[in-house]
Amino acid sequence: MAGATVPRRLGERLRWRAARLTERVTETGTARTLVFDVPGWPGHLAGQHVDVRLTAEDGYSTQRSYSLASAPDGESVALTVQRLEDGEVSPYLTDELAVGDLVELRGPVGGWFVWRTEQKEPILLVGGGSGLVPLMAMIRTRRAVSDRTPFRLLYSVRSPDDQLYTAELRRDDPGLDKTYLYTRSTPEHWPRPPGHVTASDLSTGGWPPDFEPTCYVCGSTGFVETAAGLLVALGHHPGRIRTERFGPSA
Amino acid sequence: MTSTPDFLDGNAAAGDLESLFGTDMTMAFGRCSGCGAQMMLAETHAYLDAPGTVLRCPGCDNVLLSLVHSPTHMWLNTGGLDYLKVPVPQ
Repeated sequence: MAGATVPRRLGERLRWRAARLTERVTETGTARTLVFDVPGWPGHLAGQHVDVRLTAEDGYSTQRSYSLASAPDGESVALTVQRLEDGEVSPYLTDELAVGDLVELRGPVGGWFVWRTEQKEPILLVGGGSGLVPLMAMIRTRRAVSDRTPFRLLYSVRSPDDQLYTAELRRDDPGLDKTYLYTRSTPEHWPRPPGHVTASDLSTGGWPPDFEPTCYVCGSTGFVETAAGLLVALGHHPGRIRTERFGPSA
Repeated sequence: MTSTPDFLDGNAAAGDLESLFGTDMTMAFGRCSGCGAQMMLAETHAYLDAPGTVLRCPGCDNVLLSLVHSPTHMWLNTGGLDYLKVPVPQ
């Protein structure tokens, strides 16, 4: 692909690498951004993810897949992890992993749910809850390379307290329109009553199908099914809708 | 949105599939031997809670591919796919 701005692995086999936690940022009551230093990291595309493997002293090992939150930045990668109360891996990552600790990380993987800076069509990002994470990697990548592609973001989240990257998204990003949809409780005097995403939300906050935008939809399986179904009903071509479902098993 | 189906999509199996095939398999294209639907593996439904990884057809739920690990071996069954068209590693 001519003009690719991100190095590929060039035939190198995917392998586990040691990743050292260098920073932990509190995003919400239950979400943390973990920044790792990964020697030899080959770079990534916005929207790709990694597998994280944890191994206990007795040799028991388990792995989970997380979207990359950061734009490519040398050997530094950021993941935003939502703690699930009954989770096996996420509470450890959000609460116990200390700066300086090591995990194993494999990636980047996935070539489907990615935004490449060569794309020039308008982009619609539809995120539910922590489904914002790979979309944020796209927003950050666009900003990092001063790309002018028109982006629109629809972010559906339970309440203002559950919002990720609030301060960063409040900043002005020329050409990025943002719409927030609250499902349980809204800020004071918010015009839209709380509720799940509707066709009207997607037609006002999104692009007309005639513009042939590429739509990236990420969130829980239920959210993705609903939002992608509404986009198709509004006339968006299914081939222009890319989805990524976030599981409860994180 | 009250009942959440228990699958993810093929992207969730990207790491395991790439470690086996040596290239990004989410962009591999296949045809379901059950209903004839054609899709990227990224668009399949992935079940990761089964022993191993199971990819099912989003159209007819046919098991397209299953992958099971042991410490020493990997078992791969692609019996639900008529074929797989795999991008040549770049």
